[in-house]
Amino acid sequence: MSVSEKTLPLDGWHRARGGRMVPFAGYQMPVQYEGIMAEHLWTRASAGLFDVSHMGQLIITGPEAEKGLETLLPADLSSLGEGRLRYSLLLNVDGGIVDDLMITRRGGHFYVVVNGATKHDDIDYLQLKLPPHVVLDHMKEQALLALQGPKAVDALSRLAPGVESLTFMTGGGFQIGGAKAWISRSGYTGEDGFEISIPARDAAAVADLIAGQEEVKPIGLGARDSLRLEAGLPLYGHDLDHTTTPIEAGLGFAVSKQRRVDGGFAGWHRIAKEIADGPIRKRVGLAIEGRQPVREGAIAVDAEGNEVGKVTSGGFSPTLEAPIAMAYVPLGASEPGTKVSLAARGKIFTGTVTPMPFVPHRYHRKGAPK
Amino acid sequence: MSVYYTKEHEWVRVDGDEATVGITDFAQGQLGDVVFVEVPDQGRTLSQGGEAAVVESVKAASDVYAPVSGTVTEGNQAVVDEPSLVNTDPEGEGWFFKLTLSDNHELAGLMSAEQYQAYCADL
Repeated sequence: MSVSEKTLPLDGWHRARGGRMVPFAGYQMPVQYEGIMAEHLWTRASAGLFDVSHMGQLIITGPEAEKGLETLLPADLSSLGEGRLRYSLLLNVDGGIVDDLMITRRGGHFYVVVNGATKHDDIDYLQLKLPPHVVLDHMKEQALLALQGPKAVDALSRLAPGVESLTFMTGGGFQIGGAKAWISRSGYTGEDGFEISIPARDAAAVADLIAGQEEVKPIGLGARDSLRLEAGLPLYGHDLDHTTTPIEAGLGFAVSKQRRVDGGFAGWHRIAKEIADGPIRKRVGLAIEGRQPVREGAIAVDAEGNEVGKVTSGGFSPTLEAPIAMAYVPLGASEPGTKVSLAARGKIFTGTVTPMPFVPHRYHRKGAPK
Repeated sequence: MSVYYTKEHEWVRVDGDEATVGITDFAQGQLGDVVFVEVPDQGRTLSQGGEAAVVESVKAASDVYAPVSGTVTEGNQAVVDEPSLVNTDPEGEGWFFKLTLSDNHELAGLMSAEQYQAYCADL
């Protein structure tokens, strides 16, 4: 075991439950408990508890916070209501993605959740770029859990009555077993579910309470990755990086209509041009022929064997019982149904461009039947 | 009949000049749920330490190396059709291939069951 990684508040909790710990984003984290396949299928059928305390939880406040953030995010924050979340992208001047994040307007400040591996760089970038009177607080003493799956609402509403009235991409303050929790109806699996921010000192007690519900099992990073891949959700550092733009990444929905017109955010010129003319390359989903997975790093090739793109995530879908992948391909090869040749492990594989998500989302949207 | 082990976590069961090869219980436990197996064709010549087969789990791809040199007499179609056999019975029904040994002196460089257990305990 390497000693260079830091430990998270639930380190002992995971080990006591048989979690196999691996280095991830600078921390020791559980990759699996009973097995990725079983954990994946359990989450799709019932409810899985994920520890995502490695992620960065930030509070950004001050009279100029909204305007300042709008210079770096393509979101229309003026239309973001109290207790509402939005998926957004931290951009550089070239329109490249510095990170993807969730931003919530919450009681006079913005609560922002960023990726664990990038949080320190994000904080540096934000502090450099935001106006001087905007205050950024990194909530280092805060843990983050996610409870995901069709029965998540049954389990969590027993412990935190009222969460059942939240709809997708809304959040509020609750109590769980005496701990103060900020809970939002959101997640990274494509399922209905919640993300639960609690003080680190309460994390083990809250995790015990949630995992003690009959619907719930703890789930590791391995299934988190296969679940998000099936859901078509990109993973920063793999499917997104500082050279990919929102339009290339198929995340145009995160560039609000008003701001496409008005601009005023980093990279707008390039992004507006890509919206008008189309990007050079595009992130697509691929269904892979056969049973062998094609993984990150495989090269997309044309008929002459020239490199035309690359696979950024790939694996075996437990739900579909077939290999799936995400790749960047030329715009001309991005239409659903297009065959793409992939070179990996000394072989050529065939992928077919497939609309994402691979497995339908089952979010609890406002106005939807229970 | 004797069983030998490699540092790459293959086992080889030897009966005269005939050998059966698979991956160990330790290896399948590390890999997790196996979703794909590729075995060598009958007649292929393998040299000790060379790539012989492929095993992929949900999370990762791994090569299986030939513990000894020889000529493949059979690849196990059952694990190709049902890769989870590698998880449920790695040192039995989940074997990968059989071969005819070309040099049984190579066996002297492999580990016994006791040595392999000690090796894994140190990992």
